[in-house]
Amino acid sequence: MKKILFIEDEFTLQKTMGEFLEKEGYKVIHALDGEIGLKLAKKEKPDLILLDLILPKLNGFEVLRKLKETEETKDMPIIVLTNLGEIGDIEKGLALGATTYLVKADQDLDEVLLKIKRTLGE
Amino acid sequence: MNFKEVFEELNFFLQAKKYNISLWQYPPFLFIILGTVIILTIFSTYFIGSRYLQPEIVALSVIIITLILLILDYIIVNSFERLLETNIMKSEFINVISHQLRTPISNLKWTLDLALREKDGDRKTEFLKIIKGQNERMLRLVKDMLFASQLERGKWIFKKELVSLEDIIESVLKDFSIFAKSHNIKIKVDIGENLPKIFVDPEKINQVVSNLLSNAIYYSRRKGQVEIRLKRKDRKIRCEVEDKGMGIPREEQKYIFQKFFRGKNILEQKVEGTGLGLFIAKGIVEASGGKIGFQSEEGEGSIFHFELPMK
Repeated sequence: MKKILFIEDEFTLQKTMGEFLEKEGYKVIHALDGEIGLKLAKKEKPDLILLDLILPKLNGFEVLRKLKETEETKDMPIIVLTNLGEIGDIEKGLALGATTYLVKADQDLDEVLLKIKRTLGE
Repeated sequence: MNFKEVFEELNFFLQAKKYNISLWQYPPFLFIILGTVIILTIFSTYFIGSRYLQPEIVALSVIIITLILLILDYIIVNSFERLLETNIMKSEFINVISHQLRTPISNLKWTLDLALREKDGDRKTEFLKIIKGQNERMLRLVKDMLFASQLERGKWIFKKELVSLEDIIESVLKDFSIFAKSHNIKIKVDIGENLPKIFVDPEKINQVVSNLLSNAIYYSRRKGQVEIRLKRKDRKIRCEVEDKGMGIPREEQKYIFQKFFRGKNILEQKVEGTGLGLFIAKGIVEASGGKIGFQSEEGEGSIFHFELPMK
């Protein structure tokens, strides 16, 4: 069973997205802020990381940077899932190493699932 | 452009009113003033020069006139800067509003999707409850943003009455009793003596107290107590709300009353707040003739206080 680490500070979203992905057969690991996310990425070694950019304590871009700089986590594919949708943000996210950049408001759940499956090579 | 439109453009009073600024902030008007002053100075310099042949007097008058022109220039540049600022604030506001609304709207979108696919009735209801919550969140956000905007522009009409702050606090405590209990927080109240009545909009002051109390409870991390103190201070009444919670880091303290400021210590539940609470509280207190402030130490807690003048 593939593991997905979901770094997102909104509890409601963690719940809905979490249940949705688990129904699709993935194991979901929840992280409500960037620091916990980094810790869990090293500990749980997920197959994919879903990362929101607006997070308390450490902001999403910083988390992205750290994930790509750390040896144990640098090869994990990261899908940025956020409502920060300016061109500048998208470019920054991709430049920092995100595999895909998705704006929540523009995506259907099915589209997100498709991108996840594609990134995991399914 | 027809004659009527040209005339309207030249009617500076009308134009300034349209943009909601005073005549002395309206650049075209200031340009006319500047132009008039320049013409006057040209003529005065000529007359002074032709009458008083001493070069010192001419030099002095030129210097005085230059100074006047510089001051006028400064006023004009200033008014342009102010207009620029307002423009930036407006586009930032629109930007932030759209962004703030996008979050609950996208949450709603996905939850609706899941609710529609869900066959189990109970689970469907669960999803609908979440949707209801997001919808209420959006309504609160829009309401707060509209109010904040009106407050900023001085357009809100307060319905002032002679009230006692203790009554307002009592009402707030009634609303918050369940909330406090669910967060495992005790509320202690200390009402002073000889408290004056104040002339304020009770609903709005209720909003201020509720906001401070809700913050105090949220940031208390589920233990301890929150204390509300009310005392007379000369011709003012002072209200303090103290919590022994997380406190506010020193670097963030100067931003605390700003619109949508999110501290790094923000809690998960507070994420669903509007981010406008303290900005609105400050606006209401100041519009009511009072002052608001706080003392806070990270890890130790905070005391938020406001004072209102007695009638």
